[in-house]
Amino acid sequence: MEHITLLIGIVIITALVFDFTNGFHDTANAMATTISTGALRPKTAVAMSAVLNLVGAFLSVEVAKTISGGIVDEGSGIQPEVIFAGLVGAIVWNLLTWLAGLPSSSSHALFGGLIGATLVSVGMDGVNGDAVVMKVLIPAVAAPLVAGIAALVATRLTYRIARDRDPQDTAKGYRAGQIASAALVSLAHGTNDAQKTMGVITLALVTGGVVAPASDPPMWVIVSAGVAIALGTYLGGWRIIRTMGKGLTDIQPPQGFAAQTGAATVILASSHLGFALSTTQVCSGSVMGSGLGRKGGVVRWSTAGRMVIAWGLTLPAAGLVAGAAALLADQGNWGVAMVAVLAAIACGAIWVASRRQPIDHTNVNDTNVNDTSGAESAAGPSVLAPPSTGAALAQSATEAVPVTTTPVAAPVAAPVPSAAIAAAPIPATPTPVTPATAAATAPAKATV
Amino acid sequence: MNIDWAALGQVFGVSLVVTVAMVGVFTLGIVGTSAKPSRSGAGSGTVTAGATGPSALGRSGAYLCFALCAAAVAYGIYLIVA
Repeated sequence: MEHITLLIGIVIITALVFDFTNGFHDTANAMATTISTGALRPKTAVAMSAVLNLVGAFLSVEVAKTISGGIVDEGSGIQPEVIFAGLVGAIVWNLLTWLAGLPSSSSHALFGGLIGATLVSVGMDGVNGDAVVMKVLIPAVAAPLVAGIAALVATRLTYRIARDRDPQDTAKGYRAGQIASAALVSLAHGTNDAQKTMGVITLALVTGGVVAPASDPPMWVIVSAGVAIALGTYLGGWRIIRTMGKGLTDIQPPQGFAAQTGAATVILASSHLGFALSTTQVCSGSVMGSGLGRKGGVVRWSTAGRMVIAWGLTLPAAGLVAGAAALLADQGNWGVAMVAVLAAIACGAIWVASRRQPIDHTNVNDTNVNDTSGAESAAGPSVLAPPSTGAALAQSATEAVPVTTTPVAAPVAAPVPSAAIAAAPIPATPTPVTPATAAATAPAKATV
Repeated sequence: MNIDWAALGQVFGVSLVVTVAMVGVFTLGIVGTSAKPSRSGAGSGTVTAGATGPSALGRSGAYLCFALCAAAVAYGIYLIVA
């Protein structure tokens, strides 16, 4: 390992940090409904998910051939600086969405980061537009629809079959089934997402000439990636768990079981049939579907709308941050160091902001999660048609994009903490964010 | 632009069928092992206190359902590992 340069070392650490954020960002996918229905106690749930993620990391040696799945042209000699900048963009976006308690795809954040960094460093030629549509846009629309419809039908069915049974009598069975489904989701997540990080690290090692091209990752890479994602999972992204378990809809044991089974099935079917869907979007979709499937169930479209907006913003926002980071990192070693320092400051600021309204395993199931200002539409046939509130939210949230660039692009003294803190009110109405944007935008632009 | 509609349709179809089948089978298992509500015998006028337990047939059918689900989970793990 004596040949690992400082840059490669930084890339490896950044990749592990991304892996860690990926872990705690995605705990909700497997465990949000499990926690909210009381199938498992919060701490038990995240511990189980962490162990399964760790096991999953060791299950397969089939390392992702390309870290971006062909979206970015990796053949033309992708530089460690580009990988580094892309990872920074993905990490910052992951943390911001976590602060807002919004489930968003970690893979899409990584794709967005790599695209942004490639655009800046290599230019338009480095990005494969067709692949962006195929691998990001279409799955983003398809995942929640497929999972939502499957969960909706399954929820209807299970309520119908067990309609003359006492809910208290059946709850235990449902919870057991839900735990099994959640375990499958965790295992699949560990296999897929830890592999991704291993692929990134291995690629960095290959570009640095430390390991031969097309070789399997060294053991220490597998172990560190597995441990990073497991630690992140165990930490628990409680904000996102609360949104998914309580914020989108109220989940009862039969719904939790139907949603989790639907999610596990869709994830396995899609990855097996070669049409990879985002785990996060599948799980969110199935939760909403199960919300609509119960008689009298409601989906909080204001929360769902914010979540969908976050999905739409993931790619460009992570790309913007990564692009700015790439611009700086291309300046040489001092630029790379600068990006690393700024990224660390941004992460610290977001963490400090999160402490203002901490959410952990003690209050993850509190019900007063959401603003009640948004539209609460009753269960209807329109699985994915958030009413007009969605459009209004889209507008204000689009304006909010520059906030995400601030922490990285702005100099140390600039409004990093204030911008991040201003975005703090968790899943509150978007209005408090907008004025902050106005303040944050100007300095950010000035320094970029 | 070449959108792989076939793969998408396949994912949708398989997901829908498997999800509904799994949830249905598992629910049948739960129904088989849980107590029937007492109102099933209400028509005769005799008031039975509490619920009647599951029949032997229902119970063995339920175990068959759970076994099916366990097999499906095992296949899922196989898919992850392979």
